[in-house]
Amino acid sequence: MAGHASKEIDSKTLWGGKISPFSTSYGKLMMWFFLVSDALTFTGLLISYGFTRHDYLGSWPIGEETFHSLPLLEGNYPLIYVALMTFILIVSSVTMVLAVEAGHRMDRKGVTKWMIATIIGGFFFVGSQAWEWSHFIHGSDFGKVELADGSLAIVKGNFGEIESFEVTVAGHHHMVGDKVTEDLKHEYQHAIADGHLHNGIITLHDGSQAKVNKMANSDMTLIVKEFGGDHAIGSEIEGAEAIAMYEEAVNSGEANRVIYGANMKQNEYGPQHYGQFFFFITGFHGFHVFSGVMINILILLGVIKGTYHARGHYEMVEKTGLYWHFVDLVWVFVFTFFYLV
Amino acid sequence: MLRDDIIEYSLDAHHSEEKGVELRKTIWKVTFLLTAITAVEVALGSMIKQSSDYWQIIKWIFIVLTIVKAGYIVLSFMHLGDERKGLKYVILLPYFVFAAYLIFILLNEGTAIFGALSEVAN
Repeated sequence: MAGHASKEIDSKTLWGGKISPFSTSYGKLMMWFFLVSDALTFTGLLISYGFTRHDYLGSWPIGEETFHSLPLLEGNYPLIYVALMTFILIVSSVTMVLAVEAGHRMDRKGVTKWMIATIIGGFFFVGSQAWEWSHFIHGSDFGKVELADGSLAIVKGNFGEIESFEVTVAGHHHMVGDKVTEDLKHEYQHAIADGHLHNGIITLHDGSQAKVNKMANSDMTLIVKEFGGDHAIGSEIEGAEAIAMYEEAVNSGEANRVIYGANMKQNEYGPQHYGQFFFFITGFHGFHVFSGVMINILILLGVIKGTYHARGHYEMVEKTGLYWHFVDLVWVFVFTFFYLV
Repeated sequence: MLRDDIIEYSLDAHHSEEKGVELRKTIWKVTFLLTAITAVEVALGSMIKQSSDYWQIIKWIFIVLTIVKAGYIVLSFMHLGDERKGLKYVILLPYFVFAAYLIFILLNEGTAIFGALSEVAN
């Protein structure tokens, strides 16, 4: 029971070798050793990210240009969403440490309350990451464009709404004169990526051809990421010139002049490696968060059942807390090195 | 069923109500600090572009702030600051030795490879 106030360790709790190294329990020390090895894994991943980034320098994407969206809102909010995710994770780390503190006072209700709060925070974080992935995979309205000189540029601006496709040559589904009004942006982007848009005439997937009725894009800026011949890395092209260059690529009828979103082979944000690192590092971290939430749920069940109370101490909460704080710790570094610098 | 085969120790696993009040005060203080640091980072990041002349300084400020944040999480939230001195070193020293070596070797190599690739390109 409670009351191990003195530093004397009773024989029942000594390790097999009749001592307790560093006066810690076996479980806690092993959790620390595991965390050191896991920390080295993440260190290796982040440093290899740095290594690859140093290979590319100028053409590597910049966090605030890539991550600037919020769910349900239009507009430009650089880094606000990831900052919010960071905040959620820090808060859930706080609720975890409060659960550990309550455990030290044998306050079962307190532990239950704070553990539940921690689990909710964890689910929020995993959910946010799912949104972030989905957004990253689907990409922006404009994609990344290959200009006439071979330079690659990312695009900012207001996307003119597509009103309809007016069929001029019949295909399997559509008759001449039909107006297609559904799934327009999706169809439009697919056609451009595959080179099926030529001088304002789109070839739909059923083989029919249609005239695109679309409002003009506006406020466009092209930021050059890869040198092709005429435009230096980092130079910005604005106004009518930007729109003309973009439209040329879109209407060229050549495949892969415009790339949307991200997959394992290419992405609209930067070099191929960038997408792979994004998926692997945030994915590996997200997997840690997910397993952390699952472990927290198991421990919460033990708390509610009274297992730890009967044992006389809440060290299991402390150990799972170590893991949970570690997940927060890793995110602090991912946030800095992936999003900020 | 209560298991008595699990040998678990609970040294320092309890504290008094008064100590609890004090600890919670520290926890909220650290929370405030971590949140403030994150807010400062985001503000700096959205105000100063990477093409700016100040970017190098900002980058180092980010790295220092990150290490400060990490320090608070490890020493305060994970209570490593309250553990025995020996344990602190067993955890931190091997990690820092490996991490420092990796950073040195890979960033050096990365820059060298960038140089070699640019030479090939020209």
